[in-house]
Formats: sequence, structure tokens, C-alpha cells
Amino acid sequence: MKKLLILGAGTAGTMMANKMRKHLARDEWEITIVDQFKTHYYQPGFLFIPFGIYTKSDVIKPKSDFFPVGVNVIYSKIDKIQPENNNVLLEDGKVLKYDFMIIATGCKTAPEEVDGLKGNLWYKEIFDFYTVEGATALADHFKTWKGGELVVNVSELPYKCPVAPLEFVFYADAFFTERGMRDKVNITYVTPMPGAFTKPRATKMLGELLEEKNINLIPDFAIMEVNNEEKKIIDYGGTEVKFDCLVSIPPNMGDEVIERSGMGDDMNFVPTDKHTLQSGKYENIFVIGDAANLPTSKAGSVAHFAADILEENLMCAIEGRPYTASFDGHANCYIETGYGKGTLIDFNYDTEPLPGSFPFPGLGPFDLLKVSRMNHYGKVLFRWIYWHILLKGKELPIDSEMQMAGKKL
Amino acid sequence: MPTKSLAGVNIEVTEEGYMINSSDWSEDIAKEIAKEEGIELTDEHFKVLEFIRNKVANGETLTIRGINKSGVVDAKTFYKMFPGAPLKKATKIAGVAKPESCI
Repeated sequence: MKKLLILGAGTAGTMMANKMRKHLARDEWEITIVDQFKTHYYQPGFLFIPFGIYTKSDVIKPKSDFFPVGVNVIYSKIDKIQPENNNVLLEDGKVLKYDFMIIATGCKTAPEEVDGLKGNLWYKEIFDFYTVEGATALADHFKTWKGGELVVNVSELPYKCPVAPLEFVFYADAFFTERGMRDKVNITYVTPMPGAFTKPRATKMLGELLEEKNINLIPDFAIMEVNNEEKKIIDYGGTEVKFDCLVSIPPNMGDEVIERSGMGDDMNFVPTDKHTLQSGKYENIFVIGDAANLPTSKAGSVAHFAADILEENLMCAIEGRPYTASFDGHANCYIETGYGKGTLIDFNYDTEPLPGSFPFPGLGPFDLLKVSRMNHYGKVLFRWIYWHILLKGKELPIDSEMQMAGKKL
Repeated sequence: MPTKSLAGVNIEVTEEGYMINSSDWSEDIAKEIAKEEGIELTDEHFKVLEFIRNKVANGETLTIRGINKSGVVDAKTFYKMFPGAPLKKATKIAGVAKPESCI
């Protein structure tokens, strides 16, 4: 029996288990997937928790609901990968062998990387919303908060779902307006980027939205520390921003197992060929999702588009053929702007987000770089699509390669 | 692409003055670009520039954290050496591309 091993059963790993089980004959290939946790989180839903729209139960399901028949599932921490010997050591000392391996160990927040972030005020007046614990603690805090300086700070790049912090401030504006206390809440968005976003057109559009919603923007801010006593964040250049409630997007790092195995960069991301998705160093190892060091967004949509490419290229590798698929860095993000509306961006390694219609040229139904009610429905519907279609590795009517049709230059 | 005369050599640069070909770089060119940015280069500066050139040549991403952890210079000193926008200034002087914050 040949062995395909998948490390990590999040969005990317689960999709790959479903896809590969269909291709590989069960009497020839054993597929094993390893993850330390039994719960699958619908991470795009975390954004809605602080504002009381979702609760914890809306974003969790057992991982076991999404694995196909005929895949071995092991719930265990991974101690170390030994790529030279094609071995993976589990926490209990068990050794897993593989012929091919997919690393899908993701990334997670590392608040301890910023001095003072996890200080006295952590989960009292300082929160994150990238964990279910942080999002629910913030929901409780907002229920009785009297207002003041609400500061949302992105620590550094890259971080998961680049638009989520912007969606957060848009939602905060709507949330406090609806509660009749917007005049008591001053919202400030503090980012290491030179503007609201990275690429020119999206930055302009999103920057204008911030202004329209009366949200302050402090760009080029590289956080050095959080001062818990004086309730302020300070950057290396000396700029200080005072807060009454700080919502932090901590640094994001790859899993520690990557560091223990000596396979990552200084953020524990695995060097990966950005087109083939093969690991930079080992021919029989592929990397997908947030675990990879690809120069694109860390987002579920990227993992989804990359999964189509990896499915094809992994079969090429297994059958000894040259690679036929090339990943373009395609990302597609619905951006909630509050009041039942949203916008949408679609881009890749080379093409910045452009205006137009999506996915059908001229028809939509979604509008790129424009605020519309339909875009919001796209986001709402997506949770159903995620659980029922995407994780199971089924086809969606969206090309994995970014399309220029329907876009205006 | 525009060109620019630096230390007696014609160098291809971007609209914002970043060198196109990193291999055209020399210490004299660095000194001239630095002067335009109002910075007098010291040996300490050159250590940082070398670190940045190596990082970029290896295809690695430059971040303030990476600089801070490099052992070459801490982030606070880095800000003092290249005041204002240290990564943008340092990369320009090091003759490498402007750091693209891809997300």
C-alpha cells in the first residue's frame, strides 16, 4: 500500500482529503489525515460574534462530519516531521510513513510576539477576534461598554483574511450607530500598511468608505508595544495611540511543528513554489493554505482555489508526469460594510482588485469594488456553501484561475 | 523606465527611484541615494544594507520584525538610522525593490 499523509484537517487539509480519495484507488493508496483538534471552526464567522450576530454554536461542527469514507483520521499532536526519512512523529511516539505528504497545518495568532499585548488587560479591555475565545469575550464586553476610544490594530503582515479588520470597523460603526451611541465611540484603524489596503484601487475605495463612516486611519504603524498602564499602543517610530478598548490582530505564525522540524522561515511558514505548490526543498511534499509562504492572502478562498491546482499537480507527481497546473494566487473576498451591504474583491499575484461584475461577466450577480446588498447575501450564503460544498471538495461555478472577463481596467 | 546618473553611472530606476537591477549597486551609489534621503552612511548602515540585500536575494520578505530579530540592528535603532519610513528608505539605498506588502 502506498501512503498519502495529510497534516492538518482545517479548510485546506479537509478539502484535499475529499479530493484525493476520489482519485486514488482504495486498494492501492492509504490516506491518513492528522489533526490535534476535533472541532472545525468556520473562521469567516468569527467576525460576526462580537456584534451578537453569530454565537459560538453557529461557527463550530465536528471535523468528523467532513471526512470522506476510507480516510484514516488520527487526532494527535504532531511532534516532528523528518522529511529526509519520509517520517512524521506523533506526540505519543508513533511514527507515520508516507510516499507523498501534504502540509496543511495553517497559521494562528501569536499575541505573545508583541510586548504587553497579553498583559493585564488581555480579554478585559484588549481583545482579538481571530479566536472563538477572543470573539466571545469581546461580544460580552460590547454588551455593557459605555464607549470611548475603540482602536483596531493590525500588528504585522501577513495575517489571515486581510479584509476582516476593515469589516470589523465597518460593523462597529453600524453596531454603535444602531445602539444610539456612535457619538460616544471614536473608531480608529491603525495599520502597518501605507493605506487602508495594499493595492491602489482597493485602497482608494476602502479608504473612502472609512472616511464616509467617520473612521480614523493611522497608516505606517509598526507596533512595538502595548502599554497596559497608560492604555496606549506605541510604534517603533514613537507614535502613540490611546485606547479604551483595543482590538488587536496579533502577528500570525505557522504552527510550531514547522519550527521544530526546521522547515519554516522566521514566521514558521513553509517555503513553497508559488505556482506548483511543491515544497521548495522536498519533491514529495506539497504545501497548501495558510501554512505556505505564498505571496498572496492567507484566506480560505485561496486554499480553495489552490486545492484545485494541488489536486491536479499531486496526481501528476504520483503518476510521474510533468506538472500541468499552475497556481496564480487567486483570492476572492466578500467584504461586509455594515447595514446589510457588502463589497467584493477578486485578485491574484499579478492583478490588483478591479471593478466589474462577478462571476458572470456583465451579469454579476455580484459587483466588484462596489457596495451592494447582493454582495452581502453572497457572504451570508457562503456559510452554507462552506459546510456543504466547499469542505467536501465539490465543484463550485467559480474558476480556480482568476478571470479578467467582466473586469474594467 | 527612467534612468538616473548615480556616482557617474547611468542606472535604471522606477518612478519612485528604486533601482531596477540590484546588481548595478555599489557602495558609492548607496552613498548618493542616501544623501538624497538626507542620510550620511556609516559602517553600521552598511551592515544593515548588506543584511537587506542578502534577504532579498534569497527571496525572503522584509519586515520590521525580521530586522529586529536579525541580530544586526534592533528596530528602534533601525528607525533612528533611517528616520520616517525605515523599510522604504533602507531598501531604496540598498538598491533592491520597494517592499511590496502583499496580503
